[in-house]
Amino acid sequence: MYPTKYHKPDSLEAASAAMAAAEDGKILAGGHTLLPTMKQHLAAPSDVVDIRGIAALHGISERGGALTIGATTTHAEVANSAVVAAACPALCCLAAGIGDPAVRHVGTIGGSLANNDPAADYPAAVLALNAMVITNRRDIPAEDFFDGMFTTTLEDGEIIKAIRFPASECGSYSKFPNPASRYAMVGVYVARVDGRVRVAVTGAGEDGVFRHDGMEAALSAEFAPDALDSVEISDDGLLSDLHGTAEYRAHLIRVIAKRSVATC
Amino acid sequence: MATVNLTVNGKAVRRDVPDTTLLSEFLREELRLTGTHVGCDTSQCGACVVHVDGKAVKSCTMLAAAAAGGEVTTVEGLANGGLHPMQQAFHDNHGLQCGFCTPGMIMSGVDMVNRYKDSGRELTEAAIRHELEGNICRCTGYHNIVKSIQDAATKM
Repeated sequence: MYPTKYHKPDSLEAASAAMAAAEDGKILAGGHTLLPTMKQHLAAPSDVVDIRGIAALHGISERGGALTIGATTTHAEVANSAVVAAACPALCCLAAGIGDPAVRHVGTIGGSLANNDPAADYPAAVLALNAMVITNRRDIPAEDFFDGMFTTTLEDGEIIKAIRFPASECGSYSKFPNPASRYAMVGVYVARVDGRVRVAVTGAGEDGVFRHDGMEAALSAEFAPDALDSVEISDDGLLSDLHGTAEYRAHLIRVIAKRSVATC
Repeated sequence: MATVNLTVNGKAVRRDVPDTTLLSEFLREELRLTGTHVGCDTSQCGACVVHVDGKAVKSCTMLAAAAAGGEVTTVEGLANGGLHPMQQAFHDNHGLQCGFCTPGMIMSGVDMVNRYKDSGRELTEAAIRHELEGNICRCTGYHNIVKSIQDAATKM
């Protein structure tokens, strides 16, 4: 990788200052995307600011069924959390299905969201559960956070502090993992929040995670897997790559959504 | 340059290295602990797995500077007098062919047995195969690796 300057601040203020002073700084929250990208010379930040030394960004808390998960909380910590298991068990299953055990020991929820990989799992949960992304500057509703493939509405130097998930009546996530990478070819999170059904699809969209109005309407009328049989699922705007065509992904969306509803 | 202080296999080490130095490079090139292998260098194959503060991680996807202050255990640090039960089990069950993936398999094996014991879960054959998702072996077909970990789990 190209030379870079590594920082490990112990406060959010120091992290912000390091980012402000950097010519082209990048936040490192786990590094399982950033470091491979730097090795391939696809990223060459002048400074890398590791936020894992900031205690306030780490940990899980629950209040009235709502969960707050710190940005540097690892996938393994979410997967094994009794607090998450009680409030939102589907999040534990989602986290337990990311990568492999060694990856889950290091990769973090904040890193996954800030990177917004179109095949990442967490964006589906955040969008389906209508979560709030809390940064050092503002609270960003999920609807306003994701902004296309590998793109979010985070501004330069803005740092995710935590994700706040509202209490949900039900939630379930299923995915069809790519057999080699374990990234989602299609992943569907189905949730009921405040009496409303929300369906978020990851892995399939050219612009990253998206909600599906047709499936939400059908499930609002009848919350059952068969209710999805007659929903039109267009392959417009879906990814086509060496792993599968848009048409194949459109087919998978229905299959995987039905599995999620069946286990919700 | 970053000054990296680490405890590696119980010994304190200190080196000044470029900020971009990976933990795998630090172990192999600075400390000459070449038991940790680098296969894919893209965090997929698991040959580089070591334990940092008690958890299995892919050392090719961690900066040495990020591990600073921590405790690292490599495959060289497992044996304490005799072979570690996991190493002995790989020997007894012939859990390898070419041996390239073996250090990572052993470190992941120790990690999974410890985690399952700590949480009181049974480490079944199916669980071992699932847990080995991030460790790739291109020789054995995994059968004897799985047997080795099952065997070691009864002795750890």
